Order: sequence, then structure tokens, then C-alpha cells
Amino acid sequence: MFRAVSTPLAQKFITGAVATTGLGASYLLYQDSITANAMTAAEHGLHPPAYGWSHNGMFETFDHASIRRGFQVYRDVCAACHSLDRIAWRNLVGVSHTASEAKAFCEELEYDDEPDDEGAPRKRPGKLADYLPSPYENEQAARAANQGALPPDLSLIVKARHGACDYIFSLLTGYPDEPPAGVVLPPGSNYNPYFPGGSIAMGRVLFDELVEYEDGTPATTSQMAKDVTTFLNWAAEPEHDDRKKWGLKALIVTSSLYLVAIWVKRFKWQPIKNRKIRFDPPKK
Amino acid sequence: MSFIASLFQRNSIYVATIFGGAFAFQGFFDVAVTKWYENHNKGKLWHDVKGKFLDGGDEDEDDE
Repeated sequence: MFRAVSTPLAQKFITGAVATTGLGASYLLYQDSITANAMTAAEHGLHPPAYGWSHNGMFETFDHASIRRGFQVYRDVCAACHSLDRIAWRNLVGVSHTASEAKAFCEELEYDDEPDDEGAPRKRPGKLADYLPSPYENEQAARAANQGALPPDLSLIVKARHGACDYIFSLLTGYPDEPPAGVVLPPGSNYNPYFPGGSIAMGRVLFDELVEYEDGTPATTSQMAKDVTTFLNWAAEPEHDDRKKWGLKALIVTSSLYLVAIWVKRFKWQPIKNRKIRFDPPKK
Repeated sequence: MSFIASLFQRNSIYVATIFGGAFAFQGFFDVAVTKWYENHNKGKLWHDVKGKFLDGGDEDEDDE
């Protein structure tokens, strides 16, 4: 169909067209990157780098010591504003805490009990089956306390954001000391290049030595960010460790069955493929 | 008649062999995979790091 382009003029024309397209595209991308207007790269946030999480990989579980430290960070820092609705105290048992530790956590709290005989509301100490409490009664209270911004529930936040763990970690550690020149922020908001638009209501919350880890790990900003991100990834995917184990089993079984199927097919077809058919014409 | 061939003689024995074989294989396979998986992730699992956080005493814990 196509003949090879052989004339020197045509070759020059094609080279020129390719170079023009490449340079034009590069120029447009560069133009796009130096402003933060609507529908530009800056509006969608800086892409986080890919970090080497210890649970990356097909057969890698979470680092449970990190989950435990991350829960401590969540409880001491994040829980002041962010809820974690879908995690119950019982979920921590055997993952990051023992049953008695989890019971000690929830017994410190009060939950609604059934009303008494006169219908008056009552309170009771928490049980393992209770869910983690929200810092605010409802969305309106949360917005009123945060200048109109709603701190999102963190149960599924790792699944709910592009870049997942890398994004959460980059966001937590990515606050510069002051916004870059020329950036105008609405009152009460902070600059973070990883947050789409760059203007985020949450300020920097993690500072070195903010918490004291019980296993003696130095509580640097990045260590706390890594631990709380691992904890939030566990909260979003509590089935993670079992899922990968089942995946391994499924891979072994299905690939074995595949090999068996190939063997059976060859076994059954061998005589058919090897046979020779001889035709003896009838003798007249 | 060999032992293998005898399994195919009656349908009841044939089906029972498949069910029993699946049951036995599952137990063996699950133990083997779990053993490899926990060895592969040694040091990250809860029962590996538990001792680092608990100062003994809590050993009779009934957690899963």
C-alpha cells in the first residue's frame, strides 16, 4: 500500500514536521506549567514521587509496627479534626493492639446507651464493637470549627486520592515554610503544592518530636507521616494482608490447572496429530 | 486391578475420592502457603512485633 519515502525532499519534510510537533508540544506544556490557572497542571496538584513502601509488591504485608505507631499519631494528632468512621475498636485487635489494649482505649470513652424507663438518654463506657468516635457531632459543626472547610473522614482516604500513600505522605511533609512568590491564598488557608489548587485549609500539623513512640523510634516529621500513612492504608484496606495471601494461593492453583489443561490437551490430541491417513484407491 | 483404577470403578467412590482429596489438599496447601508467606514477611507481622510493644505479662492474651 505505502511505498517507501525515498526522495530527499520528502524526507526533509517529514523530519521537519516531527521536529515542529515535538517543539510545539514542549512549548505548550511548559506554558501550562508556569501558571496556576483553572484546568492547568498546577491546579491539579504536584504529582507525588513514588516511595518504596514496605507493603508495595504482590506478596508484601503491612508493617504492623508502623500501623501501631501510625494509630498513635492518628489518635494524638489527626483525630482532633478527622473522623475514622469505618474502623471499630475491635478491628485493631490482632492488627496493632491486643484485646486488652483496645478495651482500655474504648472504655475511656462514653457512647450512647439505650434510654432508661423514663426515656431519658443514658451513656455507657465503650465496647470493642463500638466505632471510633468522631471529633464533631455533624458536618455543620465540623465546618463551623474549621472556617467552613470540612475535614474529610480518613477511613478510605488512601483509596480515595490519586497517588494513594505517596500523595498522603507528600501532602503531610510537603508544606513549605512560606508560599512561593506571587501565590495569593484565601484567608485562613495554607499553601501545599501537592494539594490540587495549592490552597489547603489544613495547616502543617506534623513537627519533629510531636509524639513519643513507645518503641523508641525517633519521631521525625517524615517518620510520623510514613507511619500514619501506613495506618490509613490499613484502615482503607483492612483485608490487605489476607487478600495478598489469597492471591498467592489463587495464582498457584490456577497456573497449576493451566499446565494440567495443556498436558491433557496434548495427551488427547497426540494420536490424532500423529496419525497418517492412507488412501487405497479401489481396484477396478 | 491397581489401586488407582479401583477408585474409578464406582461413582460413589470416585466422588468421595475427589471430595476427600480436595479436603486433604486444602489443609496441606493452606499450611504451606501461610508458612511461606509469614516467613517472607518476617518482622512485619503483628505476632512478630508484638513483643516489642508488650513487656511480657500480657502473654495470656486472647487476641486473634
